[in-house]
Amino acid sequence: MPRLSYRRALTRALADELTRDDAVFLLGEDIRVAASNVTSGLLKRFGPDRVIDTPLSEQAFTSFATGAALAGLRPVIEFQIPSLLFLVFEQIVNHAHKFPLMTGGQCAVPVTYLVPGSGSRTGWAGQHSDHPYSLFAHVGVTTVVPATVADAYGLLVSAIRCDDPVVVFAPAGALDLRADVSDLDPVPLGRGVVRRPGADVTVVAVGHLVHDALAVADELADQVSVEVFDPRTLYPLDRDGLVGSVSRTGRLVVVDDSNRSCGIAAEIIACVVERVRLAAPPRRVTRPDGAVLPFAPALDRAVQPGREQLRAAIQLTMKDG
Amino acid sequence: MSADPVGLYRTVRLIRRFEERAIDLVHAGTIVGGIHPYLGQEGIAAGVCAALRADDLVTGTHRGHGHVLAKGADPARMLAELCGRSTGLNRGRGGSMHAADLGVGVLGANAIVGAGGAILTGAVWARRRRGDDVVGASFFGDGAVNEGMLLEAFNLAALWRVPVLFVCENNGYATTMPVAGAVAGTITGRAEAFGMPATVVDGQDPETVRAATAAAVARMRAGGGPELVEARTYRFDAHHTFEHVVRLDYRPPDEVAAGRARDPVEIQGARLSTADRAAVDAEVEATLAAAVEFALASPDPDPAGALDHLYASGLVARTGGG
Ligand SMILES: Cc1ncc(C[n+]2csc(CCOP(=O)(O)OP(=O)(O)O)c2C)c(N)n1
Repeated sequence: MPRLSYRRALTRALADELTRDDAVFLLGEDIRVAASNVTSGLLKRFGPDRVIDTPLSEQAFTSFATGAALAGLRPVIEFQIPSLLFLVFEQIVNHAHKFPLMTGGQCAVPVTYLVPGSGSRTGWAGQHSDHPYSLFAHVGVTTVVPATVADAYGLLVSAIRCDDPVVVFAPAGALDLRADVSDLDPVPLGRGVVRRPGADVTVVAVGHLVHDALAVADELADQVSVEVFDPRTLYPLDRDGLVGSVSRTGRLVVVDDSNRSCGIAAEIIACVVERVRLAAPPRRVTRPDGAVLPFAPALDRAVQPGREQLRAAIQLTMKDG
Repeated sequence: MSADPVGLYRTVRLIRRFEERAIDLVHAGTIVGGIHPYLGQEGIAAGVCAALRADDLVTGTHRGHGHVLAKGADPARMLAELCGRSTGLNRGRGGSMHAADLGVGVLGANAIVGAGGAILTGAVWARRRRGDDVVGASFFGDGAVNEGMLLEAFNLAALWRVPVLFVCENNGYATTMPVAGAVAGTITGRAEAFGMPATVVDGQDPETVRAATAAAVARMRAGGGPELVEARTYRFDAHHTFEHVVRLDYRPPDEVAAGRARDPVEIQGARLSTADRAAVDAEVEATLAAAVEFALASPDPDPAGALDHLYASGLVARTGGG
């Protein structure tokens, strides 16, 4: 079976969609030489009309993509670092996202915003290590965080085919994954998946943390039967899948690499407890409130949710009832 | 819209009377939220749009009624939109500051100052890539020339030779901030810095605006890059219909009087025979009477559909209730 990396799965999704649909084109900074190593080979295959290097003008090229979408194209923007989303939050939220409603349904804005390398990349410090997916979920922009190689491919393909704006966060912690994949298929937006069945507690893990959750579940296998649920799409969230899992286990722990207050973990817990009577209070493992990632590796790690914390949270939850 | 003297007069007169009727409806409480009147600036929208083709694209501003009407939107559906009715251009979802009619090339009035330029650049670029020889005109105020994104858009348009006419409506003020207190250097200088031709025109004369725009549009359509027109104008009325309530005092009365003395409706009207002018006036009154009747007779949107059209993909938002 062919081995494929997460990064190359993104490349393949871009290539397949560029081939399938003439309306798709890519734009971003240094994408022609693939500085981020995600658009490698695409210039040669698709030419400079489909793979377009932009000047450093994030706000203008993000709205430029909105305009191109209004005129019938399907732009995919690659952002070099996640913090650039703060610069273009206005352009995505105030324009791309609101246009269809504000015009009374006269238009669609099918733009994909791809962020390969979101979250902490060791040593990149405060302005390069954010993971702002909760912000987009809050606003209602379709937000996906693929955890696996197959999902990196399948969710990016679905994002590009979606008629609305979609932000795709590819966590830095997942980019180097490799997997044996024979069939790559589109993965529907808004559908989560049980990565590991279990009977005692559901761990909901976002993005690269799915792999940490699976590892912790294995470590604890002789004590607790842990089910790992990967929502894959944070907005729209697969509430039925989530509630289904927690209804079976009766306990909930969420692990999410974003800040605690108003983070997606809070939403996941809220929407479960609205519908399920739990055997123990739910817990969440997140970055601290209002965190900024410090530089020194030990400090960076101290701020990110880790396996130790997750293990402790699962054990406490089991003790609680 | 038509470029002959009668046609230009019809457009400025239509915008003027539309605005006056709309202000009446604000005072009557029918239009909620107020509007940003375009009174005094009508010559710019009329002149620019007269030089455009029906399939050319425009983006407007928070003071956007004139742009939308001059590009050919139906005044009745536009007024219905301002009144929040289901028959409005945007089905009552946009209102004054977001009025859009993609069918006539209006990608929307836009309430974020300076936002339209980049959107229009992308849209025109995309259409030309498909082989259409369309051009675009993006309207913005003097306040917008200090917004970074607009200057980024100048750079992209000039670099990629996207035929967008950047139309700065310099009415002397950004809300209450005078140009002299806000703009370092010059407005045309900003365009020149990106290698874009830039001219200053008298925005009060619709013919002058049309002629300058037509020349720029011809160059752009023939393969030239973007250009900028700074149209000098004066806003006759308040920044917003709410301004009278807060009673702002920032414009000297003699300046207002001098500004109002150069009225684009009168300047263009003087070029028509008395009979032609009377005929257009009567036609515009009839159009607007019908528009008011249409808007007032139109139903409010069904609250059950408040979030319809939020997602083009058919995604349905959850209700906010228990
Ligand atoms: C980016 C942004 N900043 C501030 C505002 C609030 N605002 C609305 S209109 C306006 C003044 C704009 O002035 P100008 O661009 O000269 O246009 P004019 O109102 O004179 O037509 C301001 C500050 C806004 N809507 N968008």
